[in-house]
Amino acid sequence: MVQYLMSVWGSEEDLEKPFGGYESEEQMQASFAATGAFNQKLMDQGYFVFANGLDSPKTATVVDGTGDKPVYTDGPYTEAKEFIGGFWVIDVPNLDVALELAAEGSAACLGKVEVRPMHGVE
Amino acid sequence: MTDVDEAITRAHHEEWARVVASLTRRFGDLDIAEDAAAEAFAVAVERWPLDGVPPNPGAWLTTTANRRAIDRIRRESKRDDKQKEAVAMHDDTPHEPLGAIEDDRLRLLFTCCHPALAPEARIALTLRMVGGLTVPEIAKAFLVQETTMGQRITRAKNKIKAAHIPYRVPEAADLPERVSGVLAVLFLVFNEGYLSSGDHENAVRSDLTLEAIRLTRLVRALLPDDGEVAGLLALMLLIEARRTARVSATGELVRLDEQDRGSWDLALIAEGHALVRERLAVVANGGPGPGRYQILAAINAVHTSVRDARDTDWSQIVALYDQMIRVDASPIVRLNRAIAVAELDGPEVALAEIDRLDLDDYHAFHATRADLLRRLGRSGESRAAYDRAIELAENAAEVALLTRRRDQLGRI
Repeated sequence: MVQYLMSVWGSEEDLEKPFGGYESEEQMQASFAATGAFNQKLMDQGYFVFANGLDSPKTATVVDGTGDKPVYTDGPYTEAKEFIGGFWVIDVPNLDVALELAAEGSAACLGKVEVRPMHGVE
Repeated sequence: MTDVDEAITRAHHEEWARVVASLTRRFGDLDIAEDAAAEAFAVAVERWPLDGVPPNPGAWLTTTANRRAIDRIRRESKRDDKQKEAVAMHDDTPHEPLGAIEDDRLRLLFTCCHPALAPEARIALTLRMVGGLTVPEIAKAFLVQETTMGQRITRAKNKIKAAHIPYRVPEAADLPERVSGVLAVLFLVFNEGYLSSGDHENAVRSDLTLEAIRLTRLVRALLPDDGEVAGLLALMLLIEARRTARVSATGELVRLDEQDRGSWDLALIAEGHALVRERLAVVANGGPGPGRYQILAAINAVHTSVRDARDTDWSQIVALYDQMIRVDASPIVRLNRAIAVAELDGPEVALAEIDRLDLDDYHAFHATRADLLRRLGRSGESRAAYDRAIELAENAAEVALLTRRRDQLGRI
């Protein structure tokens, strides 16, 4: 089995809109429900490791502990316009299964999903 | 070429993919399989002239490559578990042949053409792993630096390994789409050779059409019931049959209606026609409707079934394009349909159809317009369209034809 990070990408701009990038309250609620059902399916199939949504990058703090004393900086690590809004960690047999699940997850949460393999613990 | 050289060339054509594919399955690593296969062929080049060609060259090469792979794994101190396991499980009995769909070469092909790889990586990897072309050969054919091509292939192999792209034939539900992905790669290889065949400086690129045909024949042997595989093979054969007639001695593109049909390759045409007839029979017996390659092959079969361009059955060609539009309603298909309409209903009707298309960046759109305007006696507009087509065309032979056509306008 291989673990993959499936991350959902969005823009800061979208997050500040009334329904966080969704077209309407109804669409937002429907997407939440679809994502919940997708998570349940992952659990039923034994593929689910972890999943959650992330707060705005504005709430992030960067910590540099490589020097004598840790340095704290307000804000995200990069100034990128796109950022990770949420993610899943799944444990599946191969990339084909991961890609199929990512397509379902993307349809449920209405966002593009990046699939990236995690280093194995072999 | 000596008999031994010939035997080695033939073995390379017939056995390379099989050796790489079976080693990849056994060792779970494309790199090891590729290197061991290359070493086995190098040993053959050294030994066969001295020892004679072995009675079963394929088995000899597989055994030799297997030994090389195991030697390498033993030599390397860092091994992952899968390789250790492979060595532990290894025995010398030959792999039992399985049904076509289980052929290791199919797994190899589907892995090399996996949708998670960049399209140019799929092409490079397929030519290297399945086709057995060397990195310098592929780099030369695609006009890129050897190091660039080498990196492209290495990166693709690394992704296959790290992302765990599976080494398997896709499940039945995904098969049609994945087969069409494989066919798209093969058609791109073919077109890369075909569309640049007029460029004499890059004669090696015409090898790409032959390589694409060879690989498509392999897919056909592995998936004999797939209509689109048969369609693509027929399409390639019917285009390849006209290759020598397609470019004049002066390096100019020769249009279908002006080609010397006596120089067409009749054997390839007969083979292409037989495949088209086979598919027509399947469709007539209630089989699945034809996809794009089968329809394109049928169009090419109509063109190649008459000895004189004036006898071309244009109504059948328009009907086939109508069928094609139901599969793919792209403006390029509509443009090609309009070219046939010009022969059937005249240039005015065709011009009205193509002027509705949004293809301003496509050289063939302007070339077609230029030709229709010329036939309608609208020389000024025709000249402007030729200018635009020449500006956009990339193929030297095509530019030569368009330039001559444009320059003839003034003399009319």
